[in-house]
Amino acid sequence: MKIVVPVKRVVDYNIKPRVKADGSGVETAGVKMSMNPFDEIAVEEAIRLKEKGVATEVVVVSIGVQQAQDTLRTAMAMGADRAILVLSEESPEPLAVAKVLKAIVAKEEPGLVILGKQAIDDDMNATGQMLAGLLGWGQGTFAGKVEVADGSVRVSREIDGGTEDVSLTLPAIITADLRLNEPRYASLPNIMKARKKPLETLNAADLGVDMTPRLTIVSVAEPPQRQAGVKVGSVGELVEKLRNEAKVI
Amino acid sequence: MTALVLLDHEEGRIRQAALSAVTAATKLGDVHVLVAGADAVAQEAAKIAGVSKVLHAVDARYAHELAEPLAALIVSLAGGYDHIVAAAGAVGKNVLPRAAALLDVQPIPDVISIVEADTFVRPIYAGNALATVKSSDSKKVLTVRSSAFDAAAAEGGSASVEVVAPVESPEVSKFESVHLSESERPELESARVVVSGGRGLQSEEKFHILDPLADTLGAAIGASRAAVDSGFVPNDYQVGQTGKIVAPDLYLAFGISGAIQHLAGMKDSRVIVAVNKDPEAPIFQVADYGIVGDLFEIVPQLTEELK
Amino acid sequence: MSETARESMEFDVVIVGGGPAGLAAAIRLRQLSPETSVCLIEKGSEIGAHIVSGAVIEPRALSELLPDWKERGAPLNTPVTTEEMLYLTETGSLRVPMLDKLMPHMANHGNYIVSLGEVCRWLATQAEELGVEIYPGFAGAEVLIENNRVVGVATGDMGITREGTHGGNYQPGMELRGRYTLFAEGCRGSLTKQVMAHYDLRKGVDPQTYGLGIKEVWEIPAEKHRPGLVQHSFGWPMDDQTYGGAWLYHFGENLVSYGFVIGLDYPNTWLSPFEEMQRVKLHPAFRKHLEGGRRVSYGARALSEGGLQAIPRLTFPGGALIGDSAGFLNVPKIKGTHTAMKSGMLAAEAVVESLAANQVEPASFTKRVKDSWLWEELRTARNIRPAFARFGMKKGALYAGLDAMIFKGRAPWTLHFKHQDNEVLKPASLCEKPNYPKPDGQLTFDRLSSVFLSATNHEEDQPVHLRVKNLALWKTVNWDVFHAPESRYCPAGVYEVVDEATDPRLQINAQNCVHCKTCDIKDPAQNIDWAVPEGGGGPNYPAGM
Repeated sequence: MKIVVPVKRVVDYNIKPRVKADGSGVETAGVKMSMNPFDEIAVEEAIRLKEKGVATEVVVVSIGVQQAQDTLRTAMAMGADRAILVLSEESPEPLAVAKVLKAIVAKEEPGLVILGKQAIDDDMNATGQMLAGLLGWGQGTFAGKVEVADGSVRVSREIDGGTEDVSLTLPAIITADLRLNEPRYASLPNIMKARKKPLETLNAADLGVDMTPRLTIVSVAEPPQRQAGVKVGSVGELVEKLRNEAKVI
Repeated sequence: MTALVLLDHEEGRIRQAALSAVTAATKLGDVHVLVAGADAVAQEAAKIAGVSKVLHAVDARYAHELAEPLAALIVSLAGGYDHIVAAAGAVGKNVLPRAAALLDVQPIPDVISIVEADTFVRPIYAGNALATVKSSDSKKVLTVRSSAFDAAAAEGGSASVEVVAPVESPEVSKFESVHLSESERPELESARVVVSGGRGLQSEEKFHILDPLADTLGAAIGASRAAVDSGFVPNDYQVGQTGKIVAPDLYLAFGISGAIQHLAGMKDSRVIVAVNKDPEAPIFQVADYGIVGDLFEIVPQLTEELK
Repeated sequence: MSETARESMEFDVVIVGGGPAGLAAAIRLRQLSPETSVCLIEKGSEIGAHIVSGAVIEPRALSELLPDWKERGAPLNTPVTTEEMLYLTETGSLRVPMLDKLMPHMANHGNYIVSLGEVCRWLATQAEELGVEIYPGFAGAEVLIENNRVVGVATGDMGITREGTHGGNYQPGMELRGRYTLFAEGCRGSLTKQVMAHYDLRKGVDPQTYGLGIKEVWEIPAEKHRPGLVQHSFGWPMDDQTYGGAWLYHFGENLVSYGFVIGLDYPNTWLSPFEEMQRVKLHPAFRKHLEGGRRVSYGARALSEGGLQAIPRLTFPGGALIGDSAGFLNVPKIKGTHTAMKSGMLAAEAVVESLAANQVEPASFTKRVKDSWLWEELRTARNIRPAFARFGMKKGALYAGLDAMIFKGRAPWTLHFKHQDNEVLKPASLCEKPNYPKPDGQLTFDRLSSVFLSATNHEEDQPVHLRVKNLALWKTVNWDVFHAPESRYCPAGVYEVVDEATDPRLQINAQNCVHCKTCDIKDPAQNIDWAVPEGGGGPNYPAGM
C-alpha cells in the first residue's frame, strides 16, 4: 500500500507572527518557515506504517511556492521515499488544495492519505475533510491512534471530552492530531541522503484545477489587547463578582 | 435569508456550544436546526429561542454524527439555505468542511464575529491575528467559536419538528465506540476552567494546595514554565508559548508573575483571575479580577467559598 | 561523547558557522576550486537565525568576493546618506563636528545599512549555487583531533534528555571529516575555545577583550522614517570607566535598528547592560525617532574588542580560525563584517593552496592576512580601544582624536590590554547601584518580553547547555562577593536568583538563551561554560536583524 502525505510550508511555530502595518496580512518575508507541525506528525505516522510493513511507499506532496521543496526535503529526510511539488501561488485555499490532491490521488492511487489536522497559519482545519468528501472516502479526523488491518483502518479520534473509535474502509483519509506520535528528527546523514531522493515538480494549472480563491482578505488586524481589570479586596468579593458579574461559576 | 444550524449533542443533551451557534445564526436570518439521531434532542431543540424549524434525521446511520452520511444529508438539504452553520467543535469541524467540498464551497471556520452576511472575522495564527474575510461563494458554510457568542436560551421557542428522510452516502465508515474521559480532571486544552500555578507555589508538595480548588471547580490544572522548570509539576502542565495554548471560560493564576511567554498561552481566556503577592506583577495587566495577597491563605478560602 | 556508532562523511573542507566569514570562505573555496567539496554547518535553525549585527557594512570585501553583487540582488538597499555622532548628557546632546576628521573611522560614506541576517541568507543562496553543502540546525559539538591534527567536527547528539539519557527520538551526532576545518563561530566560539586551548593559540598575545551588543528593530511611522540616517552616541549613561555607546539606523521599509554596545571590561557589578540599553531610548535624541513606533525584534551578541593585539595564531594543523572567532573586528569602526568576510576569503585561498600541496597546516593564511588591507586597517585602529580602557572615556576620546589627526593610526607605540574582562569586576560593596527606570511598556521593556521577540526556543528536554562547573563557587564568589552579576549582564534573563532572602540559589532558565556568550566571558570565576545546545535551538531572528 502506498501512503500520500500532503505537507505545508508555514511560518515556524516559534515565530510570533507580526501583522503588517497596512493590515494586508501577516509578515512572511524573511521569516523562518518550517513544515507545519501537524504535517510532521502525519509524515511520522506514514513512515511508522512503512516500518511496520503496512505501507510500501510514502509519497509527500506540497502545494505552493518553489521554496516548499525544502519542506519536502525535510519530509524525505525523515523517511518519505519521494516528493511531488505542485507549484501555485502562495497560500492556496483548502478547497483548491483538496482538488489538487484529488488529482494527485487519481495518479498515485494510495491506500491512505494522512494529513495534519490543520495548518498553523490559516488554522482552517478543512483540507482532509474536503479531500475525503471529493473522493467519497471515509475520514478519520483528529486521529490519536491508527491501526490498519486488512482492508480497513481503525482510527481513535480526539473528540470533545474523550475519544471516539471509527473504522474506515480503505482507501481512506486520516488527519493527525497532536497525540498521534512524536515525530523523529531528520538526522544529518538522512538530510544528506534526502538530497538525492526524487522530487517531481508539477503546475497546479496542468492538473486542471482552478486555484482562484473564494475568500478575499478584507483586513488582518492584531487582536485587541486585554485591559487590566479590577483588584478586589477579598475572596468573598471575588466569588461574588465571578458569580454575578462575569457569570463564569 | 435562512440559516441551517447543525445542532450537535452529547449523551442526549444539546451541547452548550451548539446554542452559541444558534445565536450566531440568528444574526444571519431565520434559523432552522438539523438534529441527527436522538429523539429527545429534537424535542429539546424545538424549544430553543429563535429556532423556527427542527429538521430531524432519525435514520440509524445518523446516530453517531458520522461525517460521511451527515455531510451528504446536509448537501441534500442545502438548497434552501444561504448559510450552513455549526459550533466549532469536534462534530462541526469534522462534518462541515466535507459538506462544503461537496457543495464546492470554501468553508469559513472559527468565526468570532459576523460583519455582514458574507463577511466574517476569524482568528488565524493561533489567535495572534484576526482576519476579516469576505466569501464569494453563493452559500456560506461556517463554524463559530462558542466563546464569541452567547448561548441561545434553551427555552422559549416553539419550532415545528420535521423528520427528514435519509439520503444515499458512501458506506465507508463505521462507528465503533466512544470513551469519554473518566477522570475528574478535564484535559488542560479543552477545560472550561483552568487553575494554574507558578513559582509562587514554592515546591512540589505545596503545589497540591491547588488540587481541592480544581476538584471543586471541575478544573484542569496548569502551570507556568517557572513552576515546571523548578520541578513542581511535569512538563505537560505547562501553559504558554512553548507549552499548551488554552482559552477556558475562567483562568485562575496563582503565584504566576505573568511573563509574556505565559500570557501567550492563556490571554484568550474569557475571564482571568490573578492572585499574586506582588502588586506590580504583569499578570494584573491582563487579569479581569486580581487579589494582591498570600496565595496560601487565599486558595483555601476560595475553595471553601466555592464548595 | 556518544557510544552509538556515529556516521561520518568526508569533505575537503568543513566550515563551522554560517555567518559572513564562513559563507565568504565557502564561496571563495568553490570559486577558486570548483571540485573542492565544502560542507558548512550552522547551529541556528536556518542561516541568519543567529545573526545579530547593527549593521552598517562596508562593501569592500563583498565587492572583491562577488563584484556583481548588485546584479545578484544582494540585500544592500539602504546607502548611508546622513550621519551624526552625538555626545550625550543626561538630558542634552552635542553633535561632534568634523566627524570625518576627528573620527574618520566613524565616517560611513559609501557604506550600507543592512540586516546582516538577510545578507547571510543571500550569501547562503550564492554559496549553494556554487555547490556548497549547507546544513543549518546542526551544532558543531566536538572537535575531532587525531595525531594532533584537526580532522573535522562532530555534530551534537539530538534527543538527549535533561538527565542525559537517550530519549525516544534520539539521533547520534555525525562526524563531518575534512582535510581542513575552518572555525567561523563568531566571537567566543565554543569549539574555537577548545582549539585555542589545545594548540595554545593565544600564547604571546594580549587577552581578548569583549563587548556586548544588544539590538532592537523598530517599525516606525512612515512620516518619521529617514532611510540612510546613521546616528551614534557616546557619553551618558556610561560613566568614564565604561566603554559604550548607542546606535540608531533608519533602513528598509520604515525600520529602525537601535542598539547599544558596552565594553565587557566594565567594573561595576551592579551595572546591567540591558537596562542601560533600555534607558538610552528615553533620551530625547533617541526617543524622538522611536516614539509612535513598535518594537518588532530583539537580540544580543558578544563581540571581540581586542583588535590586532589580541589576534591569536590563526592556523593549526588541519585548519584555521576566521572572522570574529579569531577577533578580526575593527573596534573603533564597530564593524566586523567586511573584515570577517575578508579573513574567510584569505583562508579559502590558503586552504586551496594547501590542498594542492598537501600541507598539514594552511600556514600561508597568516601571511596573506598580514599582506592584506585587513591587517593594515586593524593596525591603524589598534590603539583606540585600549586607550579608552587605560585612560577612561573622556581622555580616551581625546587620544582617539589625536591618533586620528596627528598619527593617522601610525603612532610608534602599541597600547596593550592587561586584564581579561572577568577580572575587572569590583565587589558589590564597593560599587554604586545605578537607578534604572521601570519599563514603561512603550519605549522600554523588561527582559522576558524582549526575549519573546527573539523567537528563542530550545527543545525543553535536553541537558542544560550553560554548565556551572562548581555550584559552591557560585555561592561564595558570585553571590557573596558580586551579588550575582550574571542576573544583570545576561540580556535574556537566563540567570535568576531564587529564594534570595532565605537560601539563595542560582536558577538557570536555559531556554531563554540567545547565544550571546556573555556569561562565558564575564563570569568572575570563569565558572560558567557555554556549550552548544541541541542544534536548531536558540533565537530565530527574522529579517531585519
